[in-house]
Amino acid sequence: MRSAGERVLDYLFLLPALIFLGVFILYPLAANVGFSFSEFTLGSAEKTFVGLDNYRQLVADPIVWTALTNNVLYALVSVLFQVFIAHILAATVLVVLPSRLAVAARSFFFLPVLLSMTVVAILFTFIFDASDGLLNGLLQAVGLGQLAHPWLGDTTTAIFAVISVSQWQSIGYTMLLFIVSMQNIPTELYEAAALDGAKLLRQYVSITLPQTREMIFVVMVLTVSGAFTVFAEPYILTGGGPGNASQVLATYMYRVGFFQNEMGYASALATLIFVITLVLSVAQATLFRTGKE
Amino acid sequence: MRLPYVAGVRLLPGRLVLTAYALILAFPLLWMIVSSFKPTLEVYGQPWSLPSTWRFDNYSKAWEMGVSQYFVNSLFVTAITTAAVLAVAALAAYSLVRLRNWAARLTMLIVMGALVISPQVSIVPLYDLLGRFGLLDTYTAMILPYVAYRLPMAILLIRAVFLEVPRELEEASRLDGCGSLRTFLNVYWPVSAGVLATAAILTIYYTWNEFLFALIFVDSDNLRTIPAGLMAFRDALATDWGVLLAGLTIAAVPVVVVFLLGQRFLIAGITAGSVKG
Repeated sequence: MRSAGERVLDYLFLLPALIFLGVFILYPLAANVGFSFSEFTLGSAEKTFVGLDNYRQLVADPIVWTALTNNVLYALVSVLFQVFIAHILAATVLVVLPSRLAVAARSFFFLPVLLSMTVVAILFTFIFDASDGLLNGLLQAVGLGQLAHPWLGDTTTAIFAVISVSQWQSIGYTMLLFIVSMQNIPTELYEAAALDGAKLLRQYVSITLPQTREMIFVVMVLTVSGAFTVFAEPYILTGGGPGNASQVLATYMYRVGFFQNEMGYASALATLIFVITLVLSVAQATLFRTGKE
Repeated sequence: MRLPYVAGVRLLPGRLVLTAYALILAFPLLWMIVSSFKPTLEVYGQPWSLPSTWRFDNYSKAWEMGVSQYFVNSLFVTAITTAAVLAVAALAAYSLVRLRNWAARLTMLIVMGALVISPQVSIVPLYDLLGRFGLLDTYTAMILPYVAYRLPMAILLIRAVFLEVPRELEEASRLDGCGSLRTFLNVYWPVSAGVLATAAILTIYYTWNEFLFALIFVDSDNLRTIPAGLMAFRDALATDWGVLLAGLTIAAVPVVVVFLLGQRFLIAGITAGSVKG
């Protein structure tokens, strides 16, 4: 019944999307791998093939290892806060707040997620400021002045200060996901458990956790891959410093490519980021599936 | 909202924890708003008190010093990106539902793959590509990649809704002599208001806050969007803290307003796709 013209139209409607995805997502991904085997600078069209040189440099580069360690720290802390603590907070909202208030709380906790990371990060530079920062002021006010500290300017605390800003912003997001998935759990399950005399903790462990495991998995993947691609927070708060103490892979890639103008090496770093996120996603998906059976 | 029911739970400890968490969230935001009305010396000098005089002109200063331009740029880039994402994604989703053949399956595969690729990976080739087209340092340099990276999410959301449309409706429209485009407009368009709003809000949220591409692909201050522009704004202001905080507040308000208006759609979209910007 459909005319040939109609059928052509159906394919034509796919075309714009395929062009966008092909040109701006798939091509760059493939090109990036190619670029990583060559040496070139921003302005010039000349690319010199250098084989595995960039990858050799990458393995031997101590800053890569610092950055990778920081990304791993980022992932660990983020999983703790954005998966475990957020899950517990979400359950707490549903248990202790009357439903009107729970809806309002859900929206309120989501507010930081809406702010641009630039706004959040600049705001937190006021909080972490070495001499006059709010955090140090607060510590002094409650008599813990000896803990006052140049949070962003010290090599040992810089990365943790940066990570904490991410948690402040993102817990509301994962909490929202958990709350919504917890609301889909049939109430009868809890009622039956309560009749059997199951206490709160027991209900959380044997009903809430297993019933939301799919969402926990999704949030885990989002959080971990977010931690390995993070850029704005460290870039704005510390620029990767002091020294390279709070460098992560993405900020280092940016510095290598757009400041040191070593685009080939930057591409190798980008490939590393891609491989890590890919492997982690696949690993988590596999683990999740085997756990299910 | 359904609550897991437990008799005799002590509510107070849980409520205290949530209150503490709410304070941790609220305090920096309140401080930002209150301090944005202060003269510079008071921002750090009396960080805990209300302004001695309310400096409303911090806002007009921030606005004149470039935030207005960033604001307009963000509005423009966000509007074009959102319109393009919706149009391209709706057409693609429509084809995907109608074709249901190898082409549809291949496209779905590409869409699912594209969904998990993060923009950080493509930054060097994209820069190279945009440079070759002579597009660096233009609005287009931001808009094209933004559209591409939001498409997978939008296509999946819209397709899911289109799949629910009964085939009979479509066949009836066809029997009435309507072509592809008319069927799209008569049958699919009316059911998609909700999902389009969801996709729109997710796109607006992402575009309004995108930082990496905006920082790298655009150099001219008069083209910068808010996230990249605020960095330049901070550097230019040096120590004019009150004005800087006013600028931050101006940047934050529109997204919060859009959220409060469109919460329902955003929450639907976030949970359906579990997509993070």
